[in-house]
Amino acid sequence: MIDLREVSETNHMIEKEMLDVRTITMGISLLDCVDSDLEVLKRNIYEKITTTAKDLVAVGKQIEDEYAIPIVNKRISVTPIGLIGGSACKTSEDYAQIAQVLDKAAEEVGVNFIGGFSALPAKGMTRSEELLINAIPQAMALTEHLCASVNIGSTRTGINMDAVKLMGEIIKETAEATKDHDSIGCSKLVVLCNAPDDNPFMAGAFHGVTESDAVINVGVSGPGVIKQALQCVKGKDFTTLCETVKRTAFKVTRLGQLVGQEASKRLGVPFGILDLSLAPTPAVGDSIAEILESMGLEEVGCPGTTAALALLNDQVKKGGIMASSSVGGLSGAFIPVSEDHGMIAAAQSGGLRIEKLEAMTSVCSVGLDMIAIPGDTPASTISGIIADEAAIGMVNQKTTAVRVIPVVGKHVGDTAQFGGLLGYAPIMPVNTKSCKEFIERGGHIPAPIHSFKN
Amino acid sequence: MLYPISYRSWACYTADMQKAILSVVGKDRVGIIAGICTTLAKDNVNILEISQTIMDGFFTMMLVCDTDKSPKEFHDLAAELDEVGEKLGVVVKLQREEIFEKMQRI
Repeated sequence: MIDLREVSETNHMIEKEMLDVRTITMGISLLDCVDSDLEVLKRNIYEKITTTAKDLVAVGKQIEDEYAIPIVNKRISVTPIGLIGGSACKTSEDYAQIAQVLDKAAEEVGVNFIGGFSALPAKGMTRSEELLINAIPQAMALTEHLCASVNIGSTRTGINMDAVKLMGEIIKETAEATKDHDSIGCSKLVVLCNAPDDNPFMAGAFHGVTESDAVINVGVSGPGVIKQALQCVKGKDFTTLCETVKRTAFKVTRLGQLVGQEASKRLGVPFGILDLSLAPTPAVGDSIAEILESMGLEEVGCPGTTAALALLNDQVKKGGIMASSSVGGLSGAFIPVSEDHGMIAAAQSGGLRIEKLEAMTSVCSVGLDMIAIPGDTPASTISGIIADEAAIGMVNQKTTAVRVIPVVGKHVGDTAQFGGLLGYAPIMPVNTKSCKEFIERGGHIPAPIHSFKN
Repeated sequence: MLYPISYRSWACYTADMQKAILSVVGKDRVGIIAGICTTLAKDNVNILEISQTIMDGFFTMMLVCDTDKSPKEFHDLAAELDEVGEKLGVVVKLQREEIFEKMQRI
């Protein structure tokens, strides 16, 4: 029987520790929309999205009301457009038109983001994918809700260095195209290695071809709850620390499982996965950095940070796995700088640098995320950063990503403002030595030896 | 410490019930339980269980009820009880029971 203290604990987590369901993301397959006529394709896409997701926001609100649990975002992911537009899109401008249709559909159903303006050139790049990638700067400037992603490598395929080179240039162009708003276009563009097909979190969400027609994926959050729990075990040994994270992650995940199943039932769409990621927000108390600091670090970025993050990431998974049979997506801890006030503070003080963040990405669930860098950073240097992250992902068989924002006109010491959940970020220094010659080589980095499992 | 007023066994609850948990937190005063229970009776919500205590100096109450027979939609009920709570100077929350069951039980 549920008792009063348990009711009180759950409600305390929601009210005081900012426990929430971060996103309900409906994945929608657009494979059946394909047509060689651009106008027909656009119409098919718009109709498919606005029909399939018409009740998504209303159902999300209904669940929020009945369980008194905030569901912060309702979102949509679609089949990578690079696979859909091939026969209709002859130019990058054609792809930009599809971007606008996706944005309009998102507006119509009331979601805040739609992901899937994506290409998957992990090994080689099709002509269609190249056109889509070249359309990204224009698409980001023309739309408000659209997210773009490009998967440039995987453990099985190696790294497509031509795509890496191109993405360095595209990020620069996107920054330039949205320079009036602190290059915000780059905050909705992510370059991935080992991208999952079922990730509900933006900007990397897309509905992979391994998925069914439509699916509901849920992302839970709850850094505040974990932090609060850890404060009760101050000074205790690591076994106690791990046990506490695990128990708390279990509870948070169960909540996500409930919301996912309910949403799936009410929308008549199968439940896909639960992504048990700890996702921070810029609010005080909702921070991954604060969790790491409550483990005994003076400031995130100091020695011990990578070990603390590895421990956190692993225990979150261990607790969450038992709470749900449908764990998927990225699942782990996110370390976006601009969305985490503890990370922002450490970056401002100079204690947290890109090199340390890179080390941290080898043990967390994603990669270099929401990092503002000087606007004059060369495209080849950005490609170098992407290649480094992709190498970590490829060799360690994990997802890694790069979402850096070269803020046009800003330098180290300035701050970029993105607003809302995207937060704000100090411009972080980047190593200025050149890797241009390395990036200019072009071609392909072969898959690592341990990918040959057959 | 818990002071359950009702000792009815949960085994007697039927499957077609729509169980909800109403929680009340605030400064103690005369008429909180009366005010809330009157509203529930008016809306044909059956009370299955009540427990109440003083936690960290605050009046804290949990009430298990069945909203299945109520003519009102769940969110309207929740909104109405929220208003009643406001008048009584306490925070009232009506939530479907599964959120606690899933979170607190394996």
